[in-house]
Amino acid sequence: MSTAAAQVHEEEDHGHHHKETFITKYIFSQDHKMISKQYLITGLFMGIIGIAMSLLFRLQLAWPEQPMGIMQVLLGKWAPDGVMDPNVYLALVTIHGTIMVFFVLTAGLSGTFSNLLIPLQIGARDMASGLLNMISYWLFFLSSIIMLASLFVEAGPAAAGWTIYPPLSALPQAQPGSGLGMTLWLVSMAIFIASSLLGSLNYIVTVLNLRTKGMTMSRLPLTIWAFFITAVIGVVSFPVLLSAALLLIMDRSFGTSFFLSDIFIQGEVLHYQGGSPVLYEHLFWFLGHPEVYIVLLPALGITSEIIATNSRKPIFGYRAMVASILAIAFLSTIVWGHHMFISGMNPFLGSVFTFTTLLIAIPSAVKAFNYITTLWKGNLQLNPAMLFSIGLVSTFISGGLTGIILGDSTLDINVHDTYFVVAHFHLVMGISALYGLFAGVYHWFPKMFKRMMNKNLGYVHFWVTAICAYGVFFPMHFIGMAGLPRRYYTNTAFPYFDDLANINVVITVFALIAGAAQLVFLYNFIHSIFYGKPTEQNPWRSNTLEWTAPIEHIHGNWEGKIPEVHRWAYDYSKPGHEEDFVPQHIPLKEGEEELQH
Amino acid sequence: MTILLTLTVLALIAIAIWQITKIFQLSQPKKVNTQVADDDDNRWNGQLMFAFLIFIYAITLFSFWKWGDVLLPDASSEHGLEYDNLMWISFAIIFFTQTITQALLHYFAYKYRGEKGKKALFYADNDRLEAIWTIIPVIALAGLILYGLYTWTDIMTVEENDDALVVELYAQQFNWKARYAGEDGVLGDANVRFLQDFDGKNLVGIDATDPNGFDDVVVQELHLPAGREVIFKMRSQDVLHSAYMPHFRAQMNCVPGMITEFAFVPTVTTEEMRQTEDIKAKVNKINAIRRENSLALVAKGEEPLEPYIFDYLLLCNKICGASHYNMQMKIIVETPEEFEKWITNQQTFAEVIQ
Repeated sequence: MSTAAAQVHEEEDHGHHHKETFITKYIFSQDHKMISKQYLITGLFMGIIGIAMSLLFRLQLAWPEQPMGIMQVLLGKWAPDGVMDPNVYLALVTIHGTIMVFFVLTAGLSGTFSNLLIPLQIGARDMASGLLNMISYWLFFLSSIIMLASLFVEAGPAAAGWTIYPPLSALPQAQPGSGLGMTLWLVSMAIFIASSLLGSLNYIVTVLNLRTKGMTMSRLPLTIWAFFITAVIGVVSFPVLLSAALLLIMDRSFGTSFFLSDIFIQGEVLHYQGGSPVLYEHLFWFLGHPEVYIVLLPALGITSEIIATNSRKPIFGYRAMVASILAIAFLSTIVWGHHMFISGMNPFLGSVFTFTTLLIAIPSAVKAFNYITTLWKGNLQLNPAMLFSIGLVSTFISGGLTGIILGDSTLDINVHDTYFVVAHFHLVMGISALYGLFAGVYHWFPKMFKRMMNKNLGYVHFWVTAICAYGVFFPMHFIGMAGLPRRYYTNTAFPYFDDLANINVVITVFALIAGAAQLVFLYNFIHSIFYGKPTEQNPWRSNTLEWTAPIEHIHGNWEGKIPEVHRWAYDYSKPGHEEDFVPQHIPLKEGEEELQH
Repeated sequence: MTILLTLTVLALIAIAIWQITKIFQLSQPKKVNTQVADDDDNRWNGQLMFAFLIFIYAITLFSFWKWGDVLLPDASSEHGLEYDNLMWISFAIIFFTQTITQALLHYFAYKYRGEKGKKALFYADNDRLEAIWTIIPVIALAGLILYGLYTWTDIMTVEENDDALVVELYAQQFNWKARYAGEDGVLGDANVRFLQDFDGKNLVGIDATDPNGFDDVVVQELHLPAGREVIFKMRSQDVLHSAYMPHFRAQMNCVPGMITEFAFVPTVTTEEMRQTEDIKAKVNKINAIRRENSLALVAKGEEPLEPYIFDYLLLCNKICGASHYNMQMKIIVETPEEFEKWITNQQTFAEVIQ
């Protein structure tokens, strides 16, 4: 099927391009390469806001309730006398989580690299539907605008945590952020989900139907496998979040009782009867947990590609890597209950979810060991992208291991919702996925912008970030193990936690330095777009098809015929070849055997 | 002032980083500027990878040495000891794996750093190796899962025996109340609809038509007898809360519209706990910090902080609004005799509404 489709596609003559205006080329573009740049730049912009918010609340945590000029400047009346208001603290935590998880690490990461790489690496002229792709980006843009607009609402943005559990999120009486701010949050997320679904459907159809001749599924680069499976998880789980959001909107605005029952608030008994917040938790985490892998799998896919290329070695255990992606994807949809061990659901369910959750450690371990073995006896080219990929494996291990504690219903009892959890998921998912994003940007920047990023700035960026990431999140485990709950405006209400104050200062200082290091990246990124050194055709000497496409972007990706694929993507340092890489479009030599993978 | 200093330091660090990168750029004018890593880059980054491995070990050891004493003391409940056991076993496995895998990862990154003319080993697959590192986690996890589930079932099975003390934990924005079942050992029916009865004296909404409710006792401070099973029934009147009692390794959400349960046997009285070495050291450390902070406060003309005395805590651990961070209740574990004396001195619901 794939080859037939590719042939039909090839027969279309791409020589005569439509005349493109500024608007169709740069704004309402249907070209996947332009859309990918739009995703990246929007994602980075949201990332700046998300990270800046975290620095603000880190300041509050390190020096609680001390007047700070910066608070007054940035928060205005929400920080009277330079002291952040508790409601604003919760709002910042909420919006930081929402922006980072959805807008940066889902749309910014998946949106950018799925769009850029799927057509280029499978050998397609473009996505299956350029129009849907364009709509997908603009819906994402719209949802970003609405999310940002919610920051300017009189009573403040949503503040119920990024999980927005009702009744807190459902009742404007419960906190100021649950008024208009929450309405905007829900509308923004509903649009975001529509955008994500359009994108995912497009990715799935493109990978299944538009692969070039010879590009069998077993020759797909691991990036594509990761993006493909990520899209499948998204299609399976995002609609459930949409339903949760819609039901919550109904409870909020139309008086239904899906999630609410027996509530007395502000001196008044409300009319809600028979609903349950636990139902919401089920619906939310049915997306919420797969979401972790929607964020992480693309980063792992990017890493697989970069580690193999820069090790000048085949990725170790290609089949096992694909199998582990599939296993993780499958398991990720049946583990959501581990977020709810102490929600009041039946303890027997807790047992089942403990079992499925800990099973995920197995494919994860396989992946980690395979990465390590890929490095073994390699000829490692330590480019910035490679450093970030190795860094990802490191934080994936450090953060993943504590999952053994949190996934165990028994042990979860006492660390649930403490800073231990915060440290765990930031390392395993936040930092790892961010590293994946950075690795991808450094590696494919030449493909996107025709220029190279400065490597020395890249090195500074990596090393400062790597040290600070551990400096922030390693001590944080201790605060959690000491019993301090997350989402506390300050811990000064409990003298018992007074001895944690120093640790909080250490964490904040590392966080601020890490924040400063991102400015180096930002400078490098923007400067290189305009003044970077022009790239060669294949700067990393990589095997995948995107590097055969002309440096100058053209609609349709390749002049003339799309290259045909004759081998897998990982023939690095293959004996019998002069060069240490053999691109996928090079036919097998006489007598050469393709590896049975 | 501290803030200003910190910000200045940060600004200086940022400038330093910027300058370092400038030096990097200026120091390599003769080289071809390809922006692809060359042998020099591979060498120094490889060395930094090895240094980073040492950094990871160092920060681990440093944190334990410096902050090991902030961790929770040994559990003060029967099941908590089992919990702590499982926790230490898991930690042992985690540290063992972490130490080895990080070493391999960073050592390989250092050892196999690229050099011009070197060729990597073409090594794509080894089923036996992969089988090994699939099976090892399977065995380790099978053990952890079995042990974990055994403990979980043990903790979560609440058996209603006659001797148990039944206590309702009642959550609202932003405080806790506790209700004891009284002599009949049965909590009276309750619902938020009854909260406004009796001029607001019906603090947790007891149904006045249910005779079981009249001997119930509602208090603001949680007293528990040591050595006796306590069955907690959690309720919330407004939003989700979570009753978190870290010293007892106990936590359960409070959900509007339903009653959730958790049970444990407290083993160490508050008085005994205050005499343990761990707690004594912790209290001393905290009081030293508080004295220091008091000096600053007094200098500003404010009240000094009161010295800290250890008490068990009940905290809210589910985001619930502005004062979530201060939703707490003191827990006092005492001998059964002291407990009986205390509870008989409390007003029953019947007395309150008279």
